[in-house]
Amino acid sequence: MDNINLALAVVFQLCQSLLVVALAPLLTGWVGQCRAWLQNRSGPGLLQPYRTLHKLFLKEALLADNASPLFRATPYILFGCMWLAAAIIPIIAVDLPFSQAADVIALVGVFALARVFIALAAMDIGTSFGSMGARREMLVSFLAEPALLMVFFTSSLISQSTQLPHIVETFSHHAFVLYPSLAFASIAFLMILLAENARIPVDNPATHLELTMIHEAMILEYSARHLALIEWASSLKLFAYMTIGFALFFPYGIAEVGNWGALPLAIVALLLKLTAAGAGLAGLEAMLAKMRIFRVPEFLGTAFLLAVLGLLIHFLLGA
Amino acid sequence: MDEISILPIDVVGGVILLWIALGLFGLALYRHKSLICNVVFPFGAALSLLLAATGLWALGESADIAVLPLGLPDLPLHLRLDPLSAFFLILLGAASFGVSLYSAGYFKSMKGRVLGLLCLEYHLFLASMALVLLADDAYMFMVAWESMALSSYFLVTTDHKIPDIRRAGFLYLLIAHVGAISILLSFGVMQAGHGIAAYTFDAMRANSLSSFWSSLAFLLALFGFGAKAGVLPMHVWLPEAHPAAPSPVSALMSGVMLKTAIYGLIRITFDLLDVHLWWWGVLVLALGLLTAIFGVMFAAVQGDMKRLLAYSSIENIGLLLVGIGLVIIFHVYGKNALAALALTATLYHSINHAFFKSLLFIGTGSILHATGERNMGHLGGLIRRMPWVAATLLIGVLSIAGLPPFNGFISEWLLLQAFLLSPGLPNSHINMLIPVAAAVIALAAALAAYVMVKFYGIIFLGQYREPGLEHAHDAGGWERAGLVWLAAGCVALGLAPVYVVQKLDMVTKMLLGQGLGNSTSGWLFIAPVDIERASYSPVYFLLAVVGVMLVTAWVVHRYYHGRVRRVPAWDCGFPAQNGRMQDTAEGFGQPIRRLFEPFFKIEREVPSPFDAQPRYHGQTDDQIWFFLYLPIKQLTVRLSAWTSLIQHGRIHVYLLYTFVTLIVLLAFV
Repeated sequence: MDNINLALAVVFQLCQSLLVVALAPLLTGWVGQCRAWLQNRSGPGLLQPYRTLHKLFLKEALLADNASPLFRATPYILFGCMWLAAAIIPIIAVDLPFSQAADVIALVGVFALARVFIALAAMDIGTSFGSMGARREMLVSFLAEPALLMVFFTSSLISQSTQLPHIVETFSHHAFVLYPSLAFASIAFLMILLAENARIPVDNPATHLELTMIHEAMILEYSARHLALIEWASSLKLFAYMTIGFALFFPYGIAEVGNWGALPLAIVALLLKLTAAGAGLAGLEAMLAKMRIFRVPEFLGTAFLLAVLGLLIHFLLGA
Repeated sequence: MDEISILPIDVVGGVILLWIALGLFGLALYRHKSLICNVVFPFGAALSLLLAATGLWALGESADIAVLPLGLPDLPLHLRLDPLSAFFLILLGAASFGVSLYSAGYFKSMKGRVLGLLCLEYHLFLASMALVLLADDAYMFMVAWESMALSSYFLVTTDHKIPDIRRAGFLYLLIAHVGAISILLSFGVMQAGHGIAAYTFDAMRANSLSSFWSSLAFLLALFGFGAKAGVLPMHVWLPEAHPAAPSPVSALMSGVMLKTAIYGLIRITFDLLDVHLWWWGVLVLALGLLTAIFGVMFAAVQGDMKRLLAYSSIENIGLLLVGIGLVIIFHVYGKNALAALALTATLYHSINHAFFKSLLFIGTGSILHATGERNMGHLGGLIRRMPWVAATLLIGVLSIAGLPPFNGFISEWLLLQAFLLSPGLPNSHINMLIPVAAAVIALAAALAAYVMVKFYGIIFLGQYREPGLEHAHDAGGWERAGLVWLAAGCVALGLAPVYVVQKLDMVTKMLLGQGLGNSTSGWLFIAPVDIERASYSPVYFLLAVVGVMLVTAWVVHRYYHGRVRRVPAWDCGFPAQNGRMQDTAEGFGQPIRRLFEPFFKIEREVPSPFDAQPRYHGQTDDQIWFFLYLPIKQLTVRLSAWTSLIQHGRIHVYLLYTFVTLIVLLAFV
């Protein structure tokens, strides 16, 4: 019985990962479409990211003369890291055999690993925009990463576990309690999500002005399949962050251990949540203006302090 | 066991004697350079490996004791090999194996006479570090400690013809001795006036001191070992001495010698003293946090690659102190399971740091040999000329940045788990401190990633910043062997945490009476408390990422294509791109310098727009140097000036002084 359960869980794990990999560009498309509507444009349609990916995969890859193996391996490493992140997060159900291999601290580590590689790859060609992008990305991350860790710490302390499935179980199967510490953590998390996914007000995913770019400046030299994998990994990252947010702050609808019947409902709940969150993200981006790069540390410092405050409140009030 | 069987301590003693003999042999053979390089150093390396193996053997055994027929009249030299010593001997042996192999290639280009001397100092340094770890009485400890300081001083000043290096060496020697005096006083307090025979560690264990005397002994030890380890504010010698020393020496000093100070602190705190107070832990924790954040902040703004690594060592020492502080706090409040977790994290981080810091330092040695340049702003693009160094250092960089699945991540993971388990301490002030401490640790770890991207990116990636770099050569055979060994160590320590933690259990059991225990979760998953609470499996982690990478690559190449064309870099269509247009080390660190400006003393010289020959110069210095050390120096100079008032150099004046002193003494008697 145990073996059957384990086999089922592994199959399920693979299904979830494939589903996430397939769905992630759709989320990016949805956010883009909402932005277009808010800007009074008709928009390219939900499927545009898939068309872009297909086009990029078909093209011939152009590599700079002095590109090293590190530059060529990075898109694959990025994709692998983001796949792993998506495999750890309980997106539809909490029955994930893989989540034992890495807890929330390791999840932060996965994101950090991906970031270090893309920053190194950005410096590999030796263009001025590349190293500028790498420097700015590391500036954003050195405040965003500890803030994310503090958000995780708050929820880990409440649920007495650093395993995401256990955190989700604690939050979703208890009576609804408003934790003051989690309120702080959720605001901090939203700010981190904006910063880490290169969204307005920290970065602009649609910018074409070199001097204001962060993420786009790092991937200027990539083309064809390498670029496609990076774009795909970026949409996976956005997807992963959103589902982390759901898992920590709005875990309702995620299927319990062994409850296979709840899966359809879980998928519907996930789609509804993503639709709402994507529209919300587009709305936020439409309302905010991008800030100067040296305002970014203040923004992220606020996020970090809010996250630490949440943690302190938990230590002081025990809630 | 029959009587003629060999004990681990005999093997360790043999290794130490052979090291000394090898050093003398090298000195005698100074005319035969290739013999020193190709025989003496590799043989020393083999002894290191033997030492590590013996340590592994001794870890599971009960303590061995040896009393040598040498030493003071009432105090023969005592040696003792217990699990704590054994663990640090493993660290010493395993790290120095790689460094000695590397040295065999690195010192080849040296002049014979210098090489002979260096060979002697190098092996004496190794032997004295091993003796520090074995010493079981204060006299033996201080003798070994001083020979360690002196041999390393001579190693630092190998290039003594350069005034800056002499200055750096002097600063190191000074701080080492201030620290040594403090350690000696600490032993004096613990010996509690029971005569010379009470200077053995066994007598000190038996003494039970009042909390005042215990605190005094602890504070003296913290100051003394802190000076050696580079704890704030005694850190100033590290960024001076490490760049001055030859790279393998920096590697040993940073990777291993700093750990002997950590060993001493652990030995005195948990083994020799039996009273512990909670504020010791808070003090150590706070010092550790300050040191960590200070070290990494300064590392981010350095332009010299070895200074950058020295500051990064300061950061890591801070992390180790944080671990020790947590152990003391948990131990005082009777939470020994948590104390064991924090101690495991500390010891794990010690051995991790020994591997990756030695690796990075010897890597900078190869770069220095190939290019003659320590300033990162003149390097760049070396990944194309030095693939071996670049590949092994990439592993080192990822490890030190605390990224999974490498070894640095595991010790940080364990330390953070210890923080997460800490609520419920009876002291509410500490409960307030702990989340802040966790936040600072997280910040330091994230900044370490910034520093390491800067280090690796500026040195190895991009275009050559100077014309000569396209002729840089890769490391030679011996050097490669050393680099590969240390890099492999980083990977192995990262992938087999369960095995390492089992071994560390022997040490925690000895010191705290409790191990971590990792029995239920099997060899793949490390779960320090409970698999429900937290678990991590680096092997699965690596398999997943690499597996997905391979599958993705296969799918893309199979269903689309794998065509690739080499073209000039695009860079948004800007035509003239040269190496000078990339970020320099200063440029990459500029955001950090701007963010933390109040902590630095910045001197900047910016050209005006109309300069015909514009020159930019920026220097970032340590405020502590100006606030603390220069006033002390001025005070010393002033005091010496006053003393010189009564110094005339004429014999009759001195006779007069003697006469007056006699009269005064007679008046009292």
